[in-house]
Amino acid sequence: MTEASAMARTALPALPTLGHSWRNSLSTLLYQRRTLTLFLLLLPPLLWFGVVYIGSLFTLLSQSIFTFDEMAMSVSAELTTDNFVSLLNPANYDIVLRTLGMAVAVTLGTVAIGFPVAYYMAHYAGPRERGFFFVGVMLPMWASYIVKAYAWTVLLAQGGVIYWVLRQLGLLPVLEAVLRLPVIGGDTLATSNLGRFLVLTYIWLPFMILPIQAAIERVPANLLLASADLGAHPFKTFTSVLWPLAFPGVVAGSIFTFSLTLGDYIIPQLVGPSGLYIGNMVYTLQGTIGNIPMAAAFTCVPIVLITLYLALARRLGAFNAL
Amino acid sequence: MRFDQHRTLRLLHLPKGLVLRISAYMGLAFLHLPLVFIALYAFNDNSAGYSFPITGLTLRWVSLAWERDDIRAAIGLSLSVAAMATFIAMVLGTLTAAALNRDRFFGKNAFTTLLILPIALPGIVTGIALLSAFKLMDVTPGYWTIVIGHATFCVVIVHNNVVARLRRLSARLWEASMDLGADTLTTLRYVILPQLGTALLAGGILAFALSVDELIVTTFTAGSDKTLPIWLMSQLSRPRDAAITNVVALVVMLLTAPLIILAWRLTRDGDAKPNTH
Amino acid sequence: MGIAIAFKDISKHYGEVNALKQVSFSVEEGEFFSMLGPSGSGKTTSLRLMAGFEQPSSGSLSLLGQEAAGTPPYARDVNTVFQDYALFPHMNVLDNVAYGLMVRKMPKAERHALAQEALAMVALPEHGQRTPAQLSGGQRQRVALARALVNRPRILLLDEPLGALDLKLREQMQVELKVLHRKLGITFVYVTHDQGEALSMSDRIAVFNHGRIEQIATPRGLYHQPRTRFVADFVGSANVFAADVAQALCGKRQSFAVRQENILVSAAGSAPIDGALLMPGELLTVQFLGASQRLEVQVGSQVITALQADKSSGSSSLIESNLLEAGQPVTLQWLAQHMVMLDD
Repeated sequence: MTEASAMARTALPALPTLGHSWRNSLSTLLYQRRTLTLFLLLLPPLLWFGVVYIGSLFTLLSQSIFTFDEMAMSVSAELTTDNFVSLLNPANYDIVLRTLGMAVAVTLGTVAIGFPVAYYMAHYAGPRERGFFFVGVMLPMWASYIVKAYAWTVLLAQGGVIYWVLRQLGLLPVLEAVLRLPVIGGDTLATSNLGRFLVLTYIWLPFMILPIQAAIERVPANLLLASADLGAHPFKTFTSVLWPLAFPGVVAGSIFTFSLTLGDYIIPQLVGPSGLYIGNMVYTLQGTIGNIPMAAAFTCVPIVLITLYLALARRLGAFNAL
Repeated sequence: MRFDQHRTLRLLHLPKGLVLRISAYMGLAFLHLPLVFIALYAFNDNSAGYSFPITGLTLRWVSLAWERDDIRAAIGLSLSVAAMATFIAMVLGTLTAAALNRDRFFGKNAFTTLLILPIALPGIVTGIALLSAFKLMDVTPGYWTIVIGHATFCVVIVHNNVVARLRRLSARLWEASMDLGADTLTTLRYVILPQLGTALLAGGILAFALSVDELIVTTFTAGSDKTLPIWLMSQLSRPRDAAITNVVALVVMLLTAPLIILAWRLTRDGDAKPNTH
Repeated sequence: MGIAIAFKDISKHYGEVNALKQVSFSVEEGEFFSMLGPSGSGKTTSLRLMAGFEQPSSGSLSLLGQEAAGTPPYARDVNTVFQDYALFPHMNVLDNVAYGLMVRKMPKAERHALAQEALAMVALPEHGQRTPAQLSGGQRQRVALARALVNRPRILLLDEPLGALDLKLREQMQVELKVLHRKLGITFVYVTHDQGEALSMSDRIAVFNHGRIEQIATPRGLYHQPRTRFVADFVGSANVFAADVAQALCGKRQSFAVRQENILVSAAGSAPIDGALLMPGELLTVQFLGASQRLEVQVGSQVITALQADKSSGSSSLIESNLLEAGQPVTLQWLAQHMVMLDD
């Protein structure tokens, strides 16, 4: 009895929300008009992205139908489809194919190296080990891109570590045989497609490991046990149970490896044989030459490819794995 | 035949965990190999470039690097750009996360894609697009153009962190607060924002790190200014400066590492720590 | 005593789903009113409408005499105890309880004092400095209760607050809540799917089913005079007989229910009770429950369940004799006054 009456003694101040100040009206308005609140929330970001990002993308892409006067080295606003037509020139077409081929190869390479790491992290590692792996994968991701790339050129150089190790192990002839192979070979390791592939795979590897790890983590461990219990060979368990469930993670990671490779212009310059990538082409075109229309036309290729890929990826469930 | 199958099965079963373990650690080692060499060359006694094996170790490059004006200028610019870009990204990212936290609305998927685009599309596309837009508007590239570029792709990082935290917040908390007499603004202040605190911080840290390391878009939007990555790239054509370049890279790595670990810890812990007021 | 809450033709739909279909009822001030029903029946939706977390799609809702449409939850003199307690994890218990007072800009010392009193009222006086994570389920529930009550609402809404507690704790809390209700004298609106809970605590119960109210009555009224088949089966357990059985037995063509404890099962051929209605059947199973036994009897295509006292006692030889056995033909008997005619 005493508690109730003690509480009843002190008068409570009135609810501030019962008044009619502007603040109350604003709050009530926001509460009742859900759509309005939504609109207000989205307005600043929409403005930013709309104006800054979409706007600048638009100015770039619209120039792809402009004309570039090679004599005057200037852009004029005459509309033409020449730029896109010239994309189909063998020389230009080669560039696109070359870049695309490497993007696919790098994607496959990152999956091959990254999947065991991701799988181990998700299912086998103890909690502390998993933390160790997480940090171990994330740190290289945030180390400077340009320095990592250059460190590789040093590693791959003829006076560098890899040659030194191979020489000690007597495996140099093997390397030279590999370098004589048509597509992946080259004069030296640092000027071969193999070298370029190694560097690109290295650089984008963390971007593939983390989404796969997240996807595998979502696969309950007892599914794999059930599969084994039902008599499946470990390889069958992998192909029938683990891989399909981890696939969205692979697709999510591949968005990055694909996109990053398609647009990279620095590593192709540092490592690998001559032969331009889309990135180099765009860089050179817009740089000293100033042929923005052609550069814009070239950028349409990765944009279209990636947009299509994003749409495909969403279908495959990758966005949930990001 | 059967006997052989059995043997193979056993060979695959028993060390299967072991094979996986070795592959995982080898993958991890692969990731860190160049970093080891960066560290190695940072202390290389032989200043004549990148020969291997190393002849000796020294610390003198560290002090030399500290005395260089261009290095300090580059670091300073990178830090201030990152700070401003992170601030903008945190504001915008929180707004988008709050907006997208509701159930479906018209255009939600499109908007999410819009947020991802700056990171999904190659940097060179974003870079050139921004540059041509600036040129069109007669804006000279400088501090603010760099910031604008960085903020744009940092938004999604903050957004993802905040969305993940918001998803874990029970909708009941919002309702409970309103039930007890707090209106929207009060609820935000006393209930929602404290819960978001660590997620925002983690997102901010990651955005900051991304901004400091960003090279490709910055090359186009920076004009003649040199952020740290741009400085590093310009150093690559100077093999004699190799050691100093590596020192700077190593120091930046060592400084970003604890930040990244902190951000990761913050997102893992989930609920905010209680504090009395 | 006036009307605390009035629902007039309230409907609520979420897209295609119709959660409430033109529901009308009123809650009197000071009563303990329960809303009972299975999940999805609309009882929680009704509670949320009262609290203000949702707005009705049509109809009018008044709280304490005033139309409540459009009033946000923070402007209503109503407080809620949530099913999952919804305590603020980043504040300690005392600050949680004092939250409503803090929002009113009450000075710190005063609100902490009142919060402390509220905690004492729910028997947690020492727990002010703990965090919700450090409390057990039962303790969290009490903190949620204190947090709501410290604001002295005129109406307290409780959304299945005891669902997550174990049996003993639940029964204890039921008693405590009832005592609190009497002490405070405010209106309690209680949502539950547990009919035993509703029967033991409420002044009146509204039984919800598929978005409509099947019956509103006092606990005893619901129990002894269910109006529909659903209520008869949901509140207590009853056997429901089809209309033609009634026709054959006593001439009335209406389905009826007889509660399990009102049916006597006796061996076929034994003397019937005066005035009882009889029905032959075959005994299927006998379950010994201690003070009572549950018997299942096959009658035609139906299985009838009867609950009767287990009178076996005395020396061991007597215990096992005189018991009915499975497979034995038996007679079901009940008095006409225990037949409850149903509306559907």
